Formats: sequence, structure tokens, C-alpha cells
Amino acid sequence: MHEMAIALALIEQAETVAREQKARAIPGITVVVGRLSGTDPDALRAVFELAAEETLAAGAVLTVETVEASVKCQACGKRSYPTPPFMTCVECGALDVELESGRELYIKAMDVDVED
Amino acid sequence: MCKECGCGTALEHAHGHAHGHVHPHDHGHDHVHPHVERKTIALERKVLAENDAHAEENRKWLTNHGVTAINLISSPGTGKTYLLERTLERLRGRVSCAVITGDQCTDNDAKRLMGKGAAVKQIETINSCHLDAARVGALLPEVAGNGVKLLFIENIGNLVCPAAFDLGEHFKIALLSTTEGEDKPVKYPTLFSLAPVVVLTKMDLVPNLDWSLPKCREYLRQIRPGVFIFELSAKTGLGMDAWIEYLEKLAG
Repeated sequence: MHEMAIALALIEQAETVAREQKARAIPGITVVVGRLSGTDPDALRAVFELAAEETLAAGAVLTVETVEASVKCQACGKRSYPTPPFMTCVECGALDVELESGRELYIKAMDVDVED
Repeated sequence: MCKECGCGTALEHAHGHAHGHVHPHDHGHDHVHPHVERKTIALERKVLAENDAHAEENRKWLTNHGVTAINLISSPGTGKTYLLERTLERLRGRVSCAVITGDQCTDNDAKRLMGKGAAVKQIETINSCHLDAARVGALLPEVAGNGVKLLFIENIGNLVCPAAFDLGEHFKIALLSTTEGEDKPVKYPTLFSLAPVVVLTKMDLVPNLDWSLPKCREYLRQIRPGVFIFELSAKTGLGMDAWIEYLEKLAG
């Protein structure tokens, strides 16, 4: 359960950007969370509100976009979407695959309120 | 508060009666309403960018000082500290080692590891389930500064959270004890997919367990095909020679 640390880091990053923009509030944040990032979207949503208290993101709407794990097979060259934890090629069953997506954990966008 | 604009003015007027009604006001007051513009900023900013930046600094510091750092991660009770005790004893006088050990509470592990020729520092995280790069970085000059070749970072006993935080190590080693069952790698794939090396501990107990080495190896390779596996018992010394030889090579 390290989602609190993730939520606090998320808000810190967002506040840094908001200050650069001289914004007075952050009403919304969109994060991208990969299936293999080790972060649980529900747990993140659950702690976000608390973590945002008394910050520029207080009351912000958190949107979580999840990304499935995908691999590129080094044997047959095809891309497929295996079901974690087994990261093998769905097409040919080979073990030798390169992970293409699934480890994402980043802020995709945020709304800021800026005074004229 | 003024319902129309959200300013505080309406609440500030003096009045002696109890409430139960709203005071409308028609904007005769002489303050300025700032114009607020809402805009959306597109970003690709890593949530853990700050930790990652600290980790990168740590890695640079370690590399510049000729230190190889490994981040040891496992469940509580896998035998990380016991393995380190035996490891430090065997490397003493041959490879200059240091240890940063993390636990939620107590410095029991640091006490166990002291007096074996290595600099040892304990981090008590209190409420946190993982070590982070800033905490580790703050200790580096003190613990790994004086000609240390090999730094062991013994993470909090936890298979989930520590895997998400880069500490600036050169790589992670996952430990798995035979008593935990052979399917831990598939139950906790995040860590096992990130660790190029796995140490199977408590191998001396295998005769007393329903535990299958081939099955465990298979699970590990399903999660990370090229994984390098050590099988040892720090208690009996089984497999320890290969482990020590490997660490000596790592230290150059």
C-alpha cells in the first residue's frame, strides 16, 4: 500500500507545474497507470482526496487512465497483450519478449485555474 | 460567502441577528473580481520524477566513487539479514562492503550486521512501506565514501511497494525463501520482473517441504526469462561459494 506515497508525489509534481503557471488551483489531474506499474488505480483514487487536502489540488478530480501490458515477440515479431503475470507471446508462446507498455506511471494532463 | 462571486464580503458585514436566511447582495461593493481562466496543460511528467531524480544522482555518485550498489528486496523473513551476515563475514578483508538496511522500526538489523568489517546504517521508515532515493542518498557519503566497493541496500521486507521506488542502485536482487512456496514470482510479478538476479534461500529445508525447485525455476523464468538464479543456504553454506564468487566479480 504505497499509493499514499504515489499520491503525494503526484500532487507535488502537479503543484510544481501549477506554480510555474502561476495558477491558483488545480481542479483536475489525469494520470496514466500501467497494469505493471505496481500502482492500484482504486487505491490511488481512494487516497488522492486526502493527500490533496490543503494543497492547490484540494478537491481536484482525479482521472486514472489504465494501460494494458503489451509485448513485442522477439521470435515471431508480433505484438500481443498477454495477461499478467505471464509475459509470454500470445501468438506463438515464446518467452523472449520485449515489454512495450504496462509500466507507465505519469501525469498526462492537468487543469489549472489561472488569474488574468 | 457571496453566492454570486465567491468573495468573502457578504459574511463580513456586521449584524446582530441569528441566521436562517441568506443575504443576497447586488454587487454594490467596490472590490475587484479576478478573472480566472481554466486551462488544460498536457504533460508527460513521471509521478515519481522527484524520486527518480534523486535515484539518478545516487547512481552517479556511486559510479563516480567506484561503488556497485544492489537493492535487496524480499518478503519479511526470507533471510536477507542472515544472508548478509554470512556474506559480510566471508567478504571481510577481501571486498570492502557497506550496508544500508531499512525497517519500519528498530535498529535490530544494523546491530546484527555491525562488527563484520562493513559500514552499516539503519533507516527506520516508521510509517512508510519502502525506502526512497532521498533517504538513501543522504547516507551515501557517510556509509559508502571510504573506498567501499560493494553496497548492499537491504530494503523493507515487502514484495510490492519497494519495487516501485528506484533508489539509485545498479540493479535489484530479489530473494525468495523455500518456505514461501514456489509460486511467489507469479503472485508478485512486479518485483520479479524487475530483478535480473534471484536468490533462493533456505535451500537446506527443501527435504522437509512440499516445494519443487523445477517448478519455482519455471515460474521465475515465466516472469523474467533471462533471470539468473542462485540456490543457497546461508545456514549450512550450501551454494554460498558461487554467491561469494559472484559478488567478488561484481566488486571488480
